[in-house]
Amino acid sequence: VLVSVICSSPQNYPLYIRSIPTENELKFHYTVHTSLDVVDEKISAMGKALVDQRELYLGLLYPTEDYKVYGYVTNSKVKFVMVVDSSNTALRDNEIRSMFRKLHNSYTDIMCNPFYNPGDRIHSRAFDNMVNSMMVQVC
Amino acid sequence: VLFQIMELCGATRLGYFGRSQFYIALKLVAVAQSGLPLRVESLNTVKDLPLPRFVVSKNEQESRHTALYSSDADNPASYSGVIPPPPGRIQVKKGSVSHDAVQQRTSTDQQESTSPVVSPQQSPPTSPHTWRKHNRHPSGGNNERPLAGPGPFWAPFSEAQPGSSTSSDPIWSGHSPPPHQENWVSFADTPPTSALLAMHPASVQDQTTVRTVASATTTNEIRRQSSSYDDPWKITDEQRQYYVNQFKTIQPDLNGFIPGSAAKEFFTKSKLPILELSHIWELSDFDKDGALTLDEFCAAFHLVVARKNGYDLPEKLPESLMPKLIDLEDSTEVGEQTGEVGYSSSPAEAPPSKSPSMPSLNQTWPELNQSSEQWETFSERSSSSQTLTQFDSNIAPADPDTAIVHPVPIRMTPSKIHMQEMELKRTGSDHANPTSPLLVKPPDLPEENKMSSSVKFTAGNTVTDGYSSSDSYTSDPEQIGSTVTRQRSHSGTSPDNTAPPPPPPRPHPSHSRSSSLDMNRSFSVTPGQQQAGVVAYPPAVPPRPQPSQGAGPHVHRPVDAEGLIAHTSTSPQQIPEQPNFADFSQFEAFAVSGVNKEEEDEIETHSEVLQVEKPSDSASSLRVAKADGRAEDKAPANVPTSAGKGTTPLAPPPKPIRRRLKSEDELRPEAEEHTQKTGVIAAVLASQPSIPRSVGKDKKAIQASIRRNKETNTVLARLNSELQQQLK
Repeated sequence: VLVSVICSSPQNYPLYIRSIPTENELKFHYTVHTSLDVVDEKISAMGKALVDQRELYLGLLYPTEDYKVYGYVTNSKVKFVMVVDSSNTALRDNEIRSMFRKLHNSYTDIMCNPFYNPGDRIHSRAFDNMVNSMMVQVC
Repeated sequence: VLFQIMELCGATRLGYFGRSQFYIALKLVAVAQSGLPLRVESLNTVKDLPLPRFVVSKNEQESRHTALYSSDADNPASYSGVIPPPPGRIQVKKGSVSHDAVQQRTSTDQQESTSPVVSPQQSPPTSPHTWRKHNRHPSGGNNERPLAGPGPFWAPFSEAQPGSSTSSDPIWSGHSPPPHQENWVSFADTPPTSALLAMHPASVQDQTTVRTVASATTTNEIRRQSSSYDDPWKITDEQRQYYVNQFKTIQPDLNGFIPGSAAKEFFTKSKLPILELSHIWELSDFDKDGALTLDEFCAAFHLVVARKNGYDLPEKLPESLMPKLIDLEDSTEVGEQTGEVGYSSSPAEAPPSKSPSMPSLNQTWPELNQSSEQWETFSERSSSSQTLTQFDSNIAPADPDTAIVHPVPIRMTPSKIHMQEMELKRTGSDHANPTSPLLVKPPDLPEENKMSSSVKFTAGNTVTDGYSSSDSYTSDPEQIGSTVTRQRSHSGTSPDNTAPPPPPPRPHPSHSRSSSLDMNRSFSVTPGQQQAGVVAYPPAVPPRPQPSQGAGPHVHRPVDAEGLIAHTSTSPQQIPEQPNFADFSQFEAFAVSGVNKEEEDEIETHSEVLQVEKPSDSASSLRVAKADGRAEDKAPANVPTSAGKGTTPLAPPPKPIRRRLKSEDELRPEAEEHTQKTGVIAAVLASQPSIPRSVGKDKKAIQASIRRNKETNTVLARLNSELQQQLK
């Protein structure tokens, strides 16, 4: 169900992109990129705590694909965008939040690595494994 | 005797002689022949293991040879093909020269024992081989090896040996006190050259002998290599000493941490690509705190050495490299693990070696009944705990176990609940009665969530910033945290080991059962150790021990209140909650009512806590609504509590106490909302991971706990609104 995950830096360039290969990845990349605009809009709208475990339900529901895009932003403006196939209506908000939490935790782990420079592409295998497990689990 | 050997090496379990089983069997044969008792430990402890004498047909030689070579596949390709004995021996010599040599020699001896085992002609050479090694050792690395040792066997090789030895000796002598890193690197270079040199004279010899010797060489090489890689990942004593010295140059305090930047500089000197260094870091930084403890540093150094020698980095941290307690360093490797092939044998070896270690751990458990802040890391690194267990018993890595090494996302809901239940049952306290039904109920009301979380806190488990009650508990285990985590890992893996090929996912749920045991062990083994990184299990375990701790934890509480303002305020709440548990035991007969009482109390405390943390009108209104819906006796308690909400945090604590006393005495009729609350509590419990604080890793732990708290807060707020609507 989880179709793709993207982690983008504060400068809005992607640090990590992972999609289910079977899908048309380019479409998801485009969707994710456009969703970044909505994320930025929400960030600026929120005057107070910028870090919220709030999901970003974009409602970009293409009539055919019918998928939802969720967003999550961290303290350092690192954004996580997740594309979920809407066919699985059982995916509740709480689950999305937990998935974002896992992403955030893994990202924090990457940050702890002194060999990782913020702004680099994420090559961490641990992060990959986590995302894979999430995709497999959700699907 | 042979049957004993077969059993010990696990062949009977596998039903066939796998590679590792074969090696183990050979070792055991040597042990038996030397008259030592046949035990798995004897393989590791007996250093001067004489080479077993075998009279085997040449066919077996071939098979063993191929087996040896196949095991060689794990080793660098430089050893592919027939490796003449002289190079191997020479390298063995080198190893003995450059290192203390005892271990090397014995390891090589053991390895050689496997190869000479096969050939009948080997019998004489085995003893001279050993003797030669002994001679080499005293000679201290001189090129003149007593190659012309007994047995015409070695004569042909003596020519090659001096030649190759001379070539390799200088290299080695130059590295007498060399950094192990360089040693291993140059070591890798010499074998190929020496192998080539020895090839020619070796061909002269009888093919079987050559092959057997070559297999001996390979095994020696394997052994040597593996000895440098913990079989293949074990750290030898010399290596470890070297690593420790290097650690001291960076960080004089052996119990301290090397900051990430310093470690980065240090490892960059090894000239490995950054990506690999990054991966090594990910593997070795167990607690993900951005700093390396001594064990983590040694593991990282070891991986760097391995990588420089051509070994591929593992996907998961080998168990031998898991940061272990310094206390356990003396544990010897169990059985031979040649390359990753040895995994299959590890489960067989695990049970025997584990059994001695486990009882000791179990004993210590009763002493330490505190949840540690490690729980937080536990939840984040459930897998690592398992590896720790392995490490504790010093069992060679098994595939399932190593697979668990990498931190696995917390499986919060099911495992935690399960673990909590297990914890409850294990402790056998009456708390289990009230809490287990709580866990069962589906979450409905926010209050129940609060209660569940508060219950959890009282049980002494979750430590969230938002929930001070848990904070009090978390502060206590600071010292124990690391131990707890370790123990959990220990216990976690031990059950896995007992089941030879345990599927990787299985240990996770099984941990819930052994989690309490793990905690015991970890406490006993690692008192005050700072291996906070080992997070084995979901935080379910902590709740149990915490209540028993009671006053103790509170003392420590102030220590770790980083950014947890409400801690102090919650600690008094903790105290009253403790008597609640005691009271609950009395009211066990009134399990439902007891639960209700607890719920009410918890709701009160929680609502108060929440008030303190996040003033939410819904909660207060909810509480008021609750008061209305409750028995009258509750109302007065509720009113003061609600009144005290907005005031000072300390105000609530006394109120709940009063309330609790009241509820205990008076609370009997319970509406179904209590059950609902229990369900909510269960939900909250499920969603609320215990957040242990890692000792020394407060920042990350606190961040994670903050995240969790926020998440719980949102959930509770949502439940609040739901309950509000429900009550309307």
